[in-house]
Amino acid sequence: MMHVFANFWLGKLNLQALPPNAIQWFGALLMISVPIGLAVFLTVTKRWKWLYKEWLTTQDPKKIGVMYIIVAVAMLLRGAADVALIKTQQSISVGHSMGILSSSHFQQIVTAHGTIMIFFVAMGLMFGLFNLIVPLQIGARDVAFPFLNATSFWLFFSGMVLVNLSLILGDFAATGWLAYPPLSELRYSPTVGVDYWIWSLEIAGVGSLLSGINFLVTILKMRVKGMNLMKMPMFCWSVLGSTLLIAFAFPILTVCLTLLALDRDIGTHFFTAGGGGNMMMYVNLIWAWGHPEVYILVLPAFGVYSEVVATFSRKRLFGYTSMVWAIMAIVLLSFIVWLHHFFTMGAGSDVNAFFGIMTMIIAIPTGVKIFNWLFTMYRGKIRLESPMLWFIGFVVLFTIGGMAGVMMAVPPIDFQLHNSLFLIAHFHMMIVGGVLFADFAAITYWFPKIFGFRLNERLGRIAFWCWLIGFLLSFIPLYILGFMGATRRLDHYAAGLGWQQLFIVSAIGAAVIGIGVGVQILQLVYSYFSRRNNLDLSGDPWDGRSLEWSTPSPVPFYNFAKTPHVTERDAFWVAKRHNLKDTRPYEDIEIPKNTPLAMIIAAGALAFGFAVVWHIWWLAVIGLLTSVVSLIVRSMDEHTERIIKAEEIERLDKLYSGGLSR
Amino acid sequence: MSSLRADDVDVLVSRHQPEQATLKGYVIGFGSSIILTMTAYLLARYGLLDKPIMVALLATLALAQFAVQLIYFLHVGREFSPRLKLMVMLTMMLIVFILVAGSIWIMNSLNGRMMNTKQMVQYMNNQNNL
Amino acid sequence: MSEISPALRLARTNKLIAKYDKESKTIFGFWVYLMTDCVLFASLFATFAVLRHNTFGGPTAADLFSLPYVLAETLALLTSSFTCGLAVLSAQQRHKNRVVFWFAVTFLLGATFLALEINEFHKFVAMGDSWRRSGFLSSYFTLVGTHGLHITIGLLWMAVMVAFVIKRGITDGTLKRIRMLSLFWHFLDVVWIFIFTIVYLFGVIKV
Repeated sequence: MMHVFANFWLGKLNLQALPPNAIQWFGALLMISVPIGLAVFLTVTKRWKWLYKEWLTTQDPKKIGVMYIIVAVAMLLRGAADVALIKTQQSISVGHSMGILSSSHFQQIVTAHGTIMIFFVAMGLMFGLFNLIVPLQIGARDVAFPFLNATSFWLFFSGMVLVNLSLILGDFAATGWLAYPPLSELRYSPTVGVDYWIWSLEIAGVGSLLSGINFLVTILKMRVKGMNLMKMPMFCWSVLGSTLLIAFAFPILTVCLTLLALDRDIGTHFFTAGGGGNMMMYVNLIWAWGHPEVYILVLPAFGVYSEVVATFSRKRLFGYTSMVWAIMAIVLLSFIVWLHHFFTMGAGSDVNAFFGIMTMIIAIPTGVKIFNWLFTMYRGKIRLESPMLWFIGFVVLFTIGGMAGVMMAVPPIDFQLHNSLFLIAHFHMMIVGGVLFADFAAITYWFPKIFGFRLNERLGRIAFWCWLIGFLLSFIPLYILGFMGATRRLDHYAAGLGWQQLFIVSAIGAAVIGIGVGVQILQLVYSYFSRRNNLDLSGDPWDGRSLEWSTPSPVPFYNFAKTPHVTERDAFWVAKRHNLKDTRPYEDIEIPKNTPLAMIIAAGALAFGFAVVWHIWWLAVIGLLTSVVSLIVRSMDEHTERIIKAEEIERLDKLYSGGLSR
Repeated sequence: MSSLRADDVDVLVSRHQPEQATLKGYVIGFGSSIILTMTAYLLARYGLLDKPIMVALLATLALAQFAVQLIYFLHVGREFSPRLKLMVMLTMMLIVFILVAGSIWIMNSLNGRMMNTKQMVQYMNNQNNL
Repeated sequence: MSEISPALRLARTNKLIAKYDKESKTIFGFWVYLMTDCVLFASLFATFAVLRHNTFGGPTAADLFSLPYVLAETLALLTSSFTCGLAVLSAQQRHKNRVVFWFAVTFLLGATFLALEINEFHKFVAMGDSWRRSGFLSSYFTLVGTHGLHITIGLLWMAVMVAFVIKRGITDGTLKRIRMLSLFWHFLDVVWIFIFTIVYLFGVIKV
């Protein structure tokens, strides 16, 4: 009787779900202490109401963007902590020594590292930038669907919470970040780890899909009058490419995860070893999403570099049209290469050859972009400030990593390197060197626009050098280890292999990167407290080219007091050079009202996800109902906007552009 | 623009208006969909054609009905320039083609190179004998 | 009309255009969502295509499906797509009662379709041929079931929509929502053409 009772209310949840050993207890306590610490801080400083009104219920894309970036940075720290454990284990778990982690725990950490870094750091920073910059660059006051945008963020947040809950209750997938079956099937992974993985990605993935649709429509439908597509800043083009990929790739992920969940929960045979399932179909489907995902992340990064290089070289971007074509070529090609992730699965040589050649072809548009940036710098008046440093670091790393990629595009070579640390070195060079460096460049570059003061340049440079040197130290050994036969997710190896020195060098490199992260945190804190010396009063600290720099810093909530006037590319640059003044009258502005419903919908999704992981069906029903009812309530509401009068806008505009800092 | 006349206004405004539905369109769409469905059904149930011809015919009928419903129910192609809806749809169709055709090609290639059950049993027996 | 000043006419025109543009933005966004949903169905179709011969000793498509039954489902859904169009037409002409009537008809036809589908599923499961039986049946239940889930969501939406129309009448806001609902409903019928052909017709002629 007691058993049935507990089974109904708690599903599979019981005391054994608590962490089994000291290291895992430490992780769990750390995870609990963060929200508790935040809650105490908010209570002591009496900021709950402020948090609710200014942030939790906001529909302003700039604030949502900031929240994305805060979550992503917190997750970067979590991912970095995972790295510390991985690298320690790999340096000392040799021969008779078994290191500090059990094999299964090590695999969980590696899986969590990959999952978190891709879905909650890289994607989070990317969506943060979309929110902050896209509306400003196209001269819009908002995104196409503000409420949907807030919902997307909160779904992302819910997915993040679910991943981190696995530290406290139960375990995480020990399957690698893409959880191939049959290992990820119930039979071989009977704990809730894979379920946490599935449902956090499912929830965050729906958020990403909705966000992708939103920004696609924003760019296609909300550009200011006069800005046709070929006059858009290059960052917006790259976002357009990225959102097209999101819209058409993320549904595949949703299906793939759902089918795996059905296999685990209701006994279907999609990917099982028996029963007429086909596990190779999982690999096929997940990479049909997974390869476009790489370009979803890297295209906006390319866009950031295009902005940074043009601004800091004080020149028009070289080869604008070829850049656009390169982006669109990459969008298409990225859907025709997915098999290169599983050359070794045993398709015929015709199939492997086709996808190998397509993979090599994708290097061409990418090369076009690299040369365009270099030609933009050629004879430009280059200022080597830290965003530019990140760009140069990117060119070096991305070229090395890219060449390694072309190597692996040759199927026979891939047969040797597949699943080795060589591959790990390759894709970290692309994602850290390509995406993360771009995010750092972007944060440095646009920080004054959002917060009204610059980040400390000196600390920024130190952080950059730590990252670059640490990165090379950490990953060049992995290329070598890969050639020597070291596989990925390796938690123990024989002493006679002679790999230990290289693993230790790699760990030292990771530590140097860690110092870089520390310096970046210091940079944020220091710049905040010394902000009076770094204030950006002009609104245009870098002599920028696109519309966002025409607004005062920090950007007012309405973005533009008057809709900007655009006739050609680099509209603000042209306006500055010709000293154009806008004499049109102010107009009323519509602003979406705040609402907690977006957060409630996502909370319902979180409850649903958690409930399905633990088979607590009553909670699943409640969670789902919460989301659906909130959605219906919202859809019935026809008064979701408020009007701000022209006189008020005029008053605020004079106040802000008068150089008064808030 | 200051000499805007009433006719111009109508033209200008109609270019921004959502596509208007018409009874004629729905009737044509419904009628032809019924005919196409019934043809496909009767073919599949009573048709005595070779399988490849049958497949080709049924696929053609499905695509025809797809086109009919796109035009008459979903009003595809009736928007004014830039035809964003059409462009997004064509992109989607390209991606869907790549995904479905590619998956089938890849999976058939993989399946064709797998042992069937008989071969596998034989292989396992050989392994045991060794 | 001819007496108003050109400036006033321009201002009115711009206001009207802004209103239409806002509506077309929302509808375009929903359209893009439908396109992503097509990719979702395409992934399920691809899975079905790959697994359809993996019957694992269980029944094949030809053993299970009865074409007359599926034809009844198909006609119910197709007719509901037509009546949904009539509802949009009535909404365009601002006939509130007719909108409610046609949506009611559409709802009943949709519910009939769903009931037929559930009954079919129930029959298969009762015979022991559930989604657990084989890879083929897993992919069949999931593909057709996902469509059924969409139909269920559509019916829920329709019920809310009718309540909305009764309460508020046909306003610009309701008209926009009706247009989106009809897009959704027609789209589900389009997906069904392919389920009908690929799953049922191809299944019965043993492709």
